Amino acid sequence: MSDAILKIRNVESFYGPIMAIRGVSLDVHPGRVVSILGANGAGKTTLMKTVSGVMDPEKGTITFEGEEIQGKEPHKIVERGIVHVPEGREVFPLMTVDDNLSLGAYTRKDTAGIEQDRELVFNYFPMLKDRRNQEAGTLSGGQQQMLAIGRGLMARPKVMLLDEPSLGLSPLLVQEIFGILKRLNAEQNMTMMVVEQNASAALELATDGYVMEVGRIVMDGTAEELLNSEDIQNFYLGVQEEGVREERRWKRKKTWR
Amino acid sequence: MDNLQLLISGLANGCVYGLIALGFVLIYKATEAVNFAQGDFMMLGAFVTIGLTNTEYMGLPFWVALPISLGVMAALGYLLDRLVIRRMFGQSQTAVVILTIALGFVIRFVAGLIWGHEPQSLENPLAGKEVSFGGLVLGLEDVAVIIVTILLTWGLYEFFNRTKLGMAMQGASQNQLAAYYMGVPVKRVQGLIWGLAGAVACVAGILFAAKGAVDPNTGLMGIKAFAAAVIGGFGSLPGALAGGLIVGVIEPFASRYVAAGYSQIAPYALLLAVLIFRPHGLFSQVRVKKV
Repeated sequence: MSDAILKIRNVESFYGPIMAIRGVSLDVHPGRVVSILGANGAGKTTLMKTVSGVMDPEKGTITFEGEEIQGKEPHKIVERGIVHVPEGREVFPLMTVDDNLSLGAYTRKDTAGIEQDRELVFNYFPMLKDRRNQEAGTLSGGQQQMLAIGRGLMARPKVMLLDEPSLGLSPLLVQEIFGILKRLNAEQNMTMMVVEQNASAALELATDGYVMEVGRIVMDGTAEELLNSEDIQNFYLGVQEEGVREERRWKRKKTWR
Repeated sequence: MDNLQLLISGLANGCVYGLIALGFVLIYKATEAVNFAQGDFMMLGAFVTIGLTNTEYMGLPFWVALPISLGVMAALGYLLDRLVIRRMFGQSQTAVVILTIALGFVIRFVAGLIWGHEPQSLENPLAGKEVSFGGLVLGLEDVAVIIVTILLTWGLYEFFNRTKLGMAMQGASQNQLAAYYMGVPVKRVQGLIWGLAGAVACVAGILFAAKGAVDPNTGLMGIKAFAAAVIGGFGSLPGALAGGLIVGVIEPFASRYVAAGYSQIAPYALLLAVLIFRPHGLFSQVRVKKV
């Protein structure tokens, strides 16, 4: 495998006095999709924010294309090619879809390339083209999520950080959006780091996976390995083995504890 | 005819209120802080221009002084954010409010020290000229105030909707976090908005001093402009201007048709009424975020 484009080493971040991530290391290789699974409060979002520069790590290094980027201003990190599609969509509600997309390309100056990418976004999300003059705040949740992803693409990122793209969406929409993400990875060779609670959708999309619990990475492997792991099946995919009797009499312990 | 005359002079006053209110809203939208010194910015802008233009001070030609004072006030706004407001980051909103109120006092005293406490008006090319048509006699300054305000509003509108920086400012005010994620240098943009608010206050001050007279306490007019901003729906730029015009027009009519003691309270009575019946203001841009 080629060298990792994004390397996270022993990163620790704090929310005030609370240590939200406690020494996380992971690699993202070009062209791969890395999923980070974990429950609420595991530190997934904090990790994303630390990579995109919205939060500064207390310790550790984040290396992007061979250069350390931890603690840099968020706009410097976007300029280098990491874009963060935030949790909860966070579109600009009073601006049109078109203007939202234009702001996505804020760090770029190549007008022709920007227009080309706008067409690319419309190609993946035709709905956005139909509604390009509509205020983003009036879109439905799923449409806003598509806009948020499209807006992220407008920065022409080398790595896309996607925080809970399935949040609050119907199963059908989750399928649609993850399908588009999969196409983006296959057709545009887009490298992604996806944080998800919806483990089955995430592992289906991903090539590699990490499992986070209370600020640490407790398991990693290829998506296939994780899908086949009993622990993951039990605790993240909701597969239950049949006991000798009708119901299980004991609670399974996670093997990493 | 009388009413028309009242209307025009009311509109001219209202433009000044509206421009100050615009400054309030610009800063509030971008930084969620209220700059209660905005009225004093206006007064200071007027005095800086007077200091450059009037014969008893530096006596520069008006058109030379104009860009200098705009630049000075814009720089002042930017530096204020850079050196003072930004350090308050993370403090409560009240702290910023009290800071700006205190800043207003400081500006008033400094202006009084430099330029004295007597009302002064700005020497300008239009002073004392009148235009009349159809029996209507208007001060040329009043007409100029209205025209300048229209042009400035149009310019700001174009700036916010056509330029990259303007869009970034809108973005930063609508969703600050998302602006960070899109690579907008939010802090620098906020500083520029403070600068813009300083320049707009300066225009308001120049217009005010051209058609009347300023003294260091003129800045207290900012309270009226604040009322205008609230009436228009704090957070809406067109609303701020409209609120300013409404307050400006109500005043002369109230002093003409309402008993003397009551006319002063007319704008505030309106403010109360708006707050009761349309708490988000007349032109609010409130939209509940979808989850």
